[in-house]
Amino acid sequence: MVKDKVPVYITIVVGVFMILKFFVQLDFIKVVADELEQWCLVVFALAIILGVANILRLNLRIVLRREKDWPYKLVVVVSMGVMILVGIADLAIHGDISTGSGFQYLFQYILTPLSAAMFALLAFYIASAAFRAFRARNIRAILLLVSGALVMIGRVPIGASLSPIFPRLSDWIMTVPNAAGQRGLIIGAAMGMIATGLRVIFGIERPYLRGE
Amino acid sequence: MSSIFNVSHLNVFLALFLFTALFISFLFLSRKGRTLYLRRLDGVAAIEEAVGRATEMGRPVLFVPGIDNIDEIQTLAGIAVLSHVARTVARFDCSLIVPTRNAIVLSVCEETVKESFTAAGRPDAYKSDNIRYLSDDQFAFTAAVDGIMLREKPATNIYMGAFYAEALILSETGFASGAIQVAGTASIAQLPFFVAACDYTLLAEEFYAASAYLSRDPKVLSSIKASDYFKIITIAVIILGIVLANLNPEAVPLLQKLF
Repeated sequence: MVKDKVPVYITIVVGVFMILKFFVQLDFIKVVADELEQWCLVVFALAIILGVANILRLNLRIVLRREKDWPYKLVVVVSMGVMILVGIADLAIHGDISTGSGFQYLFQYILTPLSAAMFALLAFYIASAAFRAFRARNIRAILLLVSGALVMIGRVPIGASLSPIFPRLSDWIMTVPNAAGQRGLIIGAAMGMIATGLRVIFGIERPYLRGE
Repeated sequence: MSSIFNVSHLNVFLALFLFTALFISFLFLSRKGRTLYLRRLDGVAAIEEAVGRATEMGRPVLFVPGIDNIDEIQTLAGIAVLSHVARTVARFDCSLIVPTRNAIVLSVCEETVKESFTAAGRPDAYKSDNIRYLSDDQFAFTAAVDGIMLREKPATNIYMGAFYAEALILSETGFASGAIQVAGTASIAQLPFFVAACDYTLLAEEFYAASAYLSRDPKVLSSIKASDYFKIITIAVIILGIVLANLNPEAVPLLQKLF
């Protein structure tokens, strides 16, 4: 009972303070709300321990039992271990993990290129998704195809050299029908956000508490 | 009064007050026995069918609750849907994989799935190993989820939450793996990608309404009705603003302040 009620009361009190901070100009409210935000950051930072424990628990067991895909799990555990050890060593030797340290070297020359490679895949995925989306199966898909083609032609130099109409048409599509549609979605999303926020603050919906 | 109350936020305060008043009114009506109608959401209705398909194929269901932290409202909305998905999965005796990018989201998802399996009468079927923290790094997380899709071959992929550049990478990999895919997000820039790559997509407010649609709880439905009526009022205010701005263009700065 207490386990269920206490988090709900905490949410209501904290939520009300955050709303008050937005509307009321009282030092007391601001100080308390700022302090609560600081606590939030501390909790977020400490939660990484839970994540590391989860990674070790799942992956080490699979590696030790030589279960399916164990080599991938070994890479995860070894990579994590190396980063932690190099970071600790840098702190012990240099006093920080800033530029020039081993930790930064690993981060800059291994993790960053790998992330960039994943991000670069997006170009190919956009092409394959656009190919499927632009198939003229019905009137809406035809509209999408035509407007997409016009925007693309208007946004590349060859479009302007063919006719000055293409860039203007492209701009019109982006600033009128596209902006109108997007604003409609944004207004709808904002309503949904307010509704969900109120449900959570007043404890009607408690997704943070076992998804209730 | 002006020193205590932030007058520059007066319009937001009035809007919030109006919304809360509508919400309480619908709550009162629902308690009086009025049925609150919510139109069919194909994407949500398809979830059960998609879980059934995974069960028939003997493959797991993959649920990604977005990549943002627990302080993002979309993550909370996604976890509310996860609760219903987990119940359906438990009922169908299927397995559910939930990869997370954040350790707090991980612990909330663990609790949510565990409780849902217990509520469905299948606490024994809950596998804590399937709720996984992968990485805080956006593309390391994306690569790991792609790996799950290609190695463990889930038959159903459900994406509910806040997504960014990884949205299309995830959904295209899911499409290539042959999974049926349902997405829901209020990240406007990612919606076209989900629409192109997924079988069903919940667009912005539909995503926020999903948990109400699934739970049919009158209290939750009341908030959806309030947001519908508030939207009508907003549209009326926008039209009024357009008319007033055209009648007197000099009043535009004042109207911008008011609205």
